[in-house]
Amino acid sequence: MSDLKNTFLYPIFKGNPISVLVLGICSSLAVTVQLKGAFVMALSVIIVTGLSSLVVSLLRNTIPNRIRIIVQLVVVALMVILVDQILKAYAYSISKTLSVYIGLIITNCIVMGRIEAYALGNKPIPSLIDGLGNGAGYGLILIVVAFFRELLGSGTLFGFRIIPESFYELGYMNNGLMILPPMALILLGCIIWVQRSIQKDLQEK
Amino acid sequence: MNTNSNTYTVIYSVILVVVVAVVLAFTALTLQPAQDTNVKVETISKILTSVGLYDAESEMSNDEIIKTYSENIQEAILVDAEGKVIGNMSTDAKSIELKGQGDLKLQSTFIKKASEGDADAKANIALPVYIFNVNGKTIPVVPCYGAGLWGPIWGYVAFEGDMNTIEGAVFDHKGETPGLGAEIATDWFCTNFTGKKIYDAEGNFTSVKVVKGGASEDDINGVDAISGGTITSQALEKAIKAWIEAYIPYFETLKAVEE
Repeated sequence: MSDLKNTFLYPIFKGNPISVLVLGICSSLAVTVQLKGAFVMALSVIIVTGLSSLVVSLLRNTIPNRIRIIVQLVVVALMVILVDQILKAYAYSISKTLSVYIGLIITNCIVMGRIEAYALGNKPIPSLIDGLGNGAGYGLILIVVAFFRELLGSGTLFGFRIIPESFYELGYMNNGLMILPPMALILLGCIIWVQRSIQKDLQEK
Repeated sequence: MNTNSNTYTVIYSVILVVVVAVVLAFTALTLQPAQDTNVKVETISKILTSVGLYDAESEMSNDEIIKTYSENIQEAILVDAEGKVIGNMSTDAKSIELKGQGDLKLQSTFIKKASEGDADAKANIALPVYIFNVNGKTIPVVPCYGAGLWGPIWGYVAFEGDMNTIEGAVFDHKGETPGLGAEIATDWFCTNFTGKKIYDAEGNFTSVKVVKGGASEDDINGVDAISGGTITSQALEKAIKAWIEAYIPYFETLKAVEE
């Protein structure tokens, strides 16, 4: 049991796919302007990594080695299209803000990476947990970045005004740079910096 | 079993692909109606915004949006290049008919070809007009559509009864630059158009000009352009001009009736 817990928690902090492995950077820069979008994106990635790891792990003994990657790709693509279709039907406005980035989960290295590295050699339940954990690790970083970008860039959180109007009257201004992708990269750099100074074993000699 | 033999590999991939295809086809068919409604409601909410009956902040449900539309609309018609009414679109809440983006794109090419003298294209023109009746005031709404910097841009312009003064306008885009061209979809830019006129003081058709560096207060035909979004601003000006020009014959018939 504690093994499963470890499998889940390790990718969230110590082995975070974004801040330690530096995977999935592209979408984390693109969809973190607002918390709402980042939240739905995080949820979608958690579902896709979890389910595709589970399915590939169930199939792992039957998959012909020569077309291994193609089979994985088909499974991942299936999950991504399902998520995309469901969002289009039930969360249209969010699916519009996320636009192509839902579809681009297919190319997110975290998904294929976890399947290749973990799901192909492990039982279904641990694979599912590993997939969910990695998705959650990705989502955590996304939400932290989106928190700062939305708060400082638009003065809101989840669309609700946090910085009071009176601040604006006193001359406070939203930081327009926060809305643009470069600032997400800088924030991401700060997160990696903080994590590395806490976890000394990550520092290269 | 040898999972590396050719036969096994081929059979395996065929089965996998068929299973995946069935799952996807099933999902697509099940979700299609809900997705279509979403697209339709989005168009309706844009049209309602131009008339001032909808506000993105108000978070109306799909049903409420459809209800507001069918309660306030008087009729939705199609007009040809001569301004004659050639068709009706249903405005009943259960079966609202609209011209979506695909139709607008097609009409856009007809308008362009017709202005170059293509008679076939001119005969194909069938432009939608959504005529609202809000508090006893008749407000016709016409769409516009064109190419922006990165993708299509479109919008709806609502007119006052004189077919000259703009009552309200709303614009949207597929993928203009955030912070620059994408500003055409923001409130401050769209409200700019309210009260502007499409004819100048002498009564000549000029459409609405997007003025770089800001339009002066007394410019009845000009609105402020977006700094840094010049190409999108100009593309929008072009789209509005081309579309409204195509509607002019219809507007003339309306004015003739009033006089």
